[in-house]
Amino acid sequence: MSDLAQHLINGLAAGTIYALVALGYTMVYGVLKLINFAHGDVMMVGTFLGYAVAQKLGPERQTALWGVLLIFLAAMAACAAMGWVIERFAYRPLRDKPRLTALITAIGISFTLSYGFQLDFGPLPGASPRAFPEIIPPTEWLIIGDRAVVIWNWQVISLGIALALMLMLQGLVYRTRFGRAMRAVSFDHRTAALMGIPVDRIIALTFMLGSALAAGAGILYAIKDTAIQPLMGLYVGLKAFVAAVIGGIGNVPGAVVGGLLLGLVEEFVVGYSSSSWRDAVAFAFLIVVLLVRPGGLFGRVAAEKV
Amino acid sequence: MRSALAVILTSCALALLGCEKKASVPPPPGGPSGGTAAASSGGGSGGVTGDTILIGEIGSLTGSEATFGISTRNGIELALREANAAGGVKGKKIDVRVYDDQSKPEEAANAATRLINQDQVLLILGEVASTNSIAMAKTAQPAKVPMISNASTNPKVTEIGDYIFRVCFIDPFQGYVMAKFAHDNLKFTRVAILRDLGSDYSQGLADVFKRKFTEMGGKIVGEETYAKGSTDFRSQLTAIKRLQPDGIYIPGYYTDIGVIARQARELGITAKLMGGDGWDSEKLFELGGSAVEGNYFSNHYSPDDPNPRIQKFIADYKAAFGGVPDALAALGYDAAQVAVDAMKRATSLERTAVRDAIAATKNFPGVTGTITLDEHRNASKPAVVLEVGKGKTKYVATIAP
Repeated sequence: MSDLAQHLINGLAAGTIYALVALGYTMVYGVLKLINFAHGDVMMVGTFLGYAVAQKLGPERQTALWGVLLIFLAAMAACAAMGWVIERFAYRPLRDKPRLTALITAIGISFTLSYGFQLDFGPLPGASPRAFPEIIPPTEWLIIGDRAVVIWNWQVISLGIALALMLMLQGLVYRTRFGRAMRAVSFDHRTAALMGIPVDRIIALTFMLGSALAAGAGILYAIKDTAIQPLMGLYVGLKAFVAAVIGGIGNVPGAVVGGLLLGLVEEFVVGYSSSSWRDAVAFAFLIVVLLVRPGGLFGRVAAEKV
Repeated sequence: MRSALAVILTSCALALLGCEKKASVPPPPGGPSGGTAAASSGGGSGGVTGDTILIGEIGSLTGSEATFGISTRNGIELALREANAAGGVKGKKIDVRVYDDQSKPEEAANAATRLINQDQVLLILGEVASTNSIAMAKTAQPAKVPMISNASTNPKVTEIGDYIFRVCFIDPFQGYVMAKFAHDNLKFTRVAILRDLGSDYSQGLADVFKRKFTEMGGKIVGEETYAKGSTDFRSQLTAIKRLQPDGIYIPGYYTDIGVIARQARELGITAKLMGGDGWDSEKLFELGGSAVEGNYFSNHYSPDDPNPRIQKFIADYKAAFGGVPDALAALGYDAAQVAVDAMKRATSLERTAVRDAIAATKNFPGVTGTITLDEHRNASKPAVVLEVGKGKTKYVATIAP
């Protein structure tokens, strides 16, 4: 019984990270209909930026509340700027080209970032893994029985942040002028432009928001799993993409539910069958969901206009 | 993993857009250089001119594994200096030509071709990474140039042919070492295994550990796997915790071990963790912090070993290069020493005679143990077990084959 509870906690903690990364995927897809494969690598860059800031602050100041906030905000701001650059110079020129072109470009950016960061040159970190400092010192938040089940403070904090961000994004999309503009651009960006919506600015802002989210998710990931290295974005990015598709890509609550579900499915496969089955079952789960609900759990199937 | 992910990403991208899916096939390693090398000098007395003997060395002096190559270089340099100071071989001084392969197998193959065709060396020393050694061996074997790898533990390296040797033990032996240590020294009866599903190294060690530990009367209570790239091992560890093992055998690389140790402690697991030489890195202490302390792994050599031969090597190395030699420096030193010893014993300085002399190496006193080359040209010699401490390792035991 205590195993079940522990697996549940592990699964939720893993799923929280998937959910946070999936939010960024879903935002960008919602507006641009572009699967931004570089998203996981933007997350990696954000994590390394957070690492650099934490190193600069030193062990005393990086655990203070303002230090932690500074690490998050600096990494998120820098990633937002990077998101703007990527959108402006890699995606915008291709916006009216076939979708495959933008997709391949996204994969190109993903590889440029993940392999570029492995170079040992200037400020680049090189290929070997680093240990992310414990900026939120781990403490037991809740202990059940004789340490049979332990819930840690960072697990609660991460899940809280994921749910709060989900609500904030949902509010942003459905209750603000900016959100209405986003939905209009998503519906048809040419018509939106005719209506006086600054399409370029809306798309750029969406990208910056998505990239900032990725940086925040990356730092929470590093707090959870310690080791960071330039290829981490590929693995997490792929899982988060699956989570976003399970939930219905383009749908904000769907991304969070998809992430948590994927985390739990993986956890229980390992816990109650064999760990070799983990990825196979995770992807089979995706296929089953798509067979039953082709648009994902929360997605709508749009009729293809011919 | 990288290429696998690339294929997955690309193919799901293509599948999404309804395109035809094509799997990318990596080019075969090695290259065609072996054929040209074979044509040149079969079994001649390459490298011997007047009063010098020229030998070759290939190492990763730059690139991701640069520390491997530099340590090896220092070890080889020290051994050759000592040999030349003691009068060289058959009245001739030994000279070494060193090429950098940038930690890449194709460069290793090119360097081997250059050493054989242009420099006409008598024999070749190197490499550390098994992939690079295999690429070199595929060039050296057809040209009938003896090659001694200092630290490649994959069994396939010496299977390439009868001119390829190594002075380190092979992967399966490490599995045996830890099984024996767990059973005899730690008195463990219940052990769980956590292995890296995609790594030949990890699978090899885990399989042998499982077989040997069971033969000794121990029980493998559970087996879990992980995929490279994953950093969340909590689900596997929670499943293992339920089985209440005395120890967990994790023959992975230091990149994963540090994180696994942290998460095991987080989940309240008190069982000892055990592993192989993949743990051996300064990074282990950074990634694992205090959680990795008190656990055990097998390795080629320990600088704490009180054996006077080893302590003399360490003192000489410190005097020459500064710093304590790591296992790779010690293996480089031994590879060069075995080569020198064989050249001394060889009936002539022909490549075939030197090959025969290397093959006949028996009970050679190296710093990484007493080296005997078996019929498969692998070194049969003891391994050491180290305990992870605060920022350094501690010698615990030596296990003989």
